[in-house]
Order: sequence, then C-alpha cells, then structure tokens
Amino acid sequence: MNSLQEFEKAQVAKRVDASQIPEFGPGDTVKVNVKVVEGDRERVQAYEGVCIARKNAGINSSFTVRKISNNEGVERVFPLYSPRLESIDVTRRGKVRRAKLYYLRELRGKSARISERTTGRGMADVSRRAKGAPKIKAAPKASAEEKSE
Amino acid sequence: MRTGLIAQKLGMTRIFDASGAHVPVTVLKVDACQVTAARTVERDGYNAVQVGAGVAKVSRTGRAMRGHFAKAKVEPKRELAEFRVAEDAVLAPGTVLGADHYVAGQYIDVTGQSIGKGFAGAMKRHNFSGLRASHGVSISHRSHGSTGQCQDPGKVFKGKKMAGHMGAERVTVQNLEVAAIDNDEGLILVRGAVPGSKGCWVTVRDAVKHLRPEEAPYPGGVAAADEPVVDEQIEAAAAAAEAQSTSDDQSGEATKED
Repeated sequence: MNSLQEFEKAQVAKRVDASQIPEFGPGDTVKVNVKVVEGDRERVQAYEGVCIARKNAGINSSFTVRKISNNEGVERVFPLYSPRLESIDVTRRGKVRRAKLYYLRELRGKSARISERTTGRGMADVSRRAKGAPKIKAAPKASAEEKSE
Repeated sequence: MRTGLIAQKLGMTRIFDASGAHVPVTVLKVDACQVTAARTVERDGYNAVQVGAGVAKVSRTGRAMRGHFAKAKVEPKRELAEFRVAEDAVLAPGTVLGADHYVAGQYIDVTGQSIGKGFAGAMKRHNFSGLRASHGVSISHRSHGSTGQCQDPGKVFKGKKMAGHMGAERVTVQNLEVAAIDNDEGLILVRGAVPGSKGCWVTVRDAVKHLRPEEAPYPGGVAAADEPVVDEQIEAAAAAAEAQSTSDDQSGEATKED
C-alpha cells in the first residue's frame, strides 16, 4: 500500500465514524437521506430507488441509485463517504446476478422488477438459522413472507 | 520573500471540506527537507537558500556532493533546489523545513517537470482543429493545414506552431490553493493539479501574485528550532565550512604528493 492509499484510508476512517454505512449492493432498494441546503437552513431529503451499481475505490467510492420519477427514469450517483449523506437505509434486498444492473435502463414496469432476497450476504442471522438452529422459528417465517409476495 | 520547499507528488485524490463539498486535491509529501547551503550577499552576491529533500544512498552520492552535504551536516539528499530569499529569511544549513511552512488557504506556485508526450501532432500540441472528417479530405484529418502564404514571403515564419516534442519540460502552475496541511505526515494538500507524474519532485513557493498570509511562519516553518536565525550564526557556519574546505584541499594535495 503506498502513502496515497494510506492517506485515503485515513480519510475513509474519519468518515465512517460519522455515518454508519450499512452493507448493501446492486439490486438492493435503498433510501438515501441527503442533506439539502435551502437558503440558510438545512433539511434532509430522501431519495429512494434501486442501487444499480457500486464503485469501490477508497474515498472515491460511489453508488448509483435508479428510480422512476414521473414516468421518467432518474439515476443519481452518490459519493459513498460524502458528509452530505445523512444516512442510508436498506429497505429491501434484491436477488440479482450482475454487479452492474445497467440492463434495467431498457426495461420498464413488470420486467424491471427485482425479486427479493432473503438469504446470503448481509443477512447472516437468517442464513445461520437456515443452516441448522431450529430453536427460533424465523426461517420458516421468512419463507412464508417470500411466498406471500 | 522566504524560502520554498521541495516535495514529492504522491498523486491526486479528494477530500470533503467542512460544508461537505468535495475538493479535488494533489497530495505533496515533504520528506527530509533541509537547508543544505546558504548564499549571502557578502560571499555570493545574492541571498538564497539551497534546500535538499529525499534520501539518497551514500554509496550513490559522488564524493564532491558528499563533501557538500557533510559541510552542512545533513544526510545526502535526492533533490536540491535554490530559492532566492530576502536578507532576513536566510536559514542556517541543517535547518529542517516541514509542511507547516505553509498554511491552509494560502496560495502557492508549484514547479515541476510535466509528463512527456513524445512527438505530438499539432492537434494535441497546439489545440489545432485539424481538417474535416469528410468533404474530400483524405488521409490528412489531423494535419495542421497551411503553414504560410505564397512566393512573398516565400518562407515559413519562425515560431510557426507545428508538430514536435511535447511535455517533459519545466512547468510552473501559479496561484494554487493549499486545501489542508497534515504536518504529522508531512503532507501538503493542494487544490487542483500539479505538473508531473506520480512520485516526481516539485518545488513549492509562496505565490508571487498573492500576499503571503500573516499566519505563515517567517522566515520558515522550521521543525525544531525556536531560536531565530542570526546572521552571525550563518557567518560562523560559512567560515567553518570554508575552513573545512581549505583543510580538505590541503589533505587532498598531501595525498597526491604521496
């Protein structure tokens, strides 16, 4: 690791303390709370959509969120470690097989849906139960939820 | 006018300022930056400070330079540069300069050797437009076009912009803002780009077109010397150095005779 990377790492470490960034990836529906300055007062604006790409590059890391607003596709790229982001909430995990979901740009409506993911990355507690700890009845509950949707 | 520094360009990155805005910065590292010689009006006819930076292997340093560094009692340096300074800003040899020589928000001029582009065409080198993509143009889409008139003047004027070698030359970028200083790591974060490739050496000076801020230490951001530099000290150092050099010469002659 060269000194520049070390410098970036220190910068990232400084940022992570300020805002806890949840684990999320492409396919997940996220709600990004952005600080907006209006005149001399500051408020938080939420932007909710599907994360279609992640770029991991130290302090330059970013993610792209796509949503359909007034029948028009809108994509917004957020710097992951920007202090302008108040928080990021993951509202839904998606099951996808690509790292970059650029194919969603050509799709509309039903075909642009992403099925929900209930196991795997970022859901360690659920997967552990599924593997073999039948004490808690969470695993069947999760599958029931899946069916209902 | 105070001395400048020699720094190593580490590369570019971004930082976020207090309001959350993103600032593109070049990271410069001030590493083992020391005064290696002082030039005074009495001795040299002008006032200047010679600064060295980096660490050079002793085995890779020539005898002459070894003697030069020994005179200043500093480790051999990779890079040397001289900065013209005011009479009261001459620093004693051996003085260590740190990144806190500069303060955040001040303006600086940075000089470095630009990245070499080799033999470049007129479009890349002088921002010519080239010829059209169609309408009968063949093969010469990126050519420079006409270079002059007719039988009168019957020559191409000197200084005509043409293809040729580009880059790998000394470039100074003026009025760059210091975004932040990290004195523990010896880093200067400069807003914007600085000439040269990653790892190259650049010289950093106070901007000639801006006033030096009052917070900036004068005569220099000296690392561990609280006492002000007095002319006597410099003179004493110079005298000692001269005495040493003469004695060196004598010993050299003595060995020759043997």
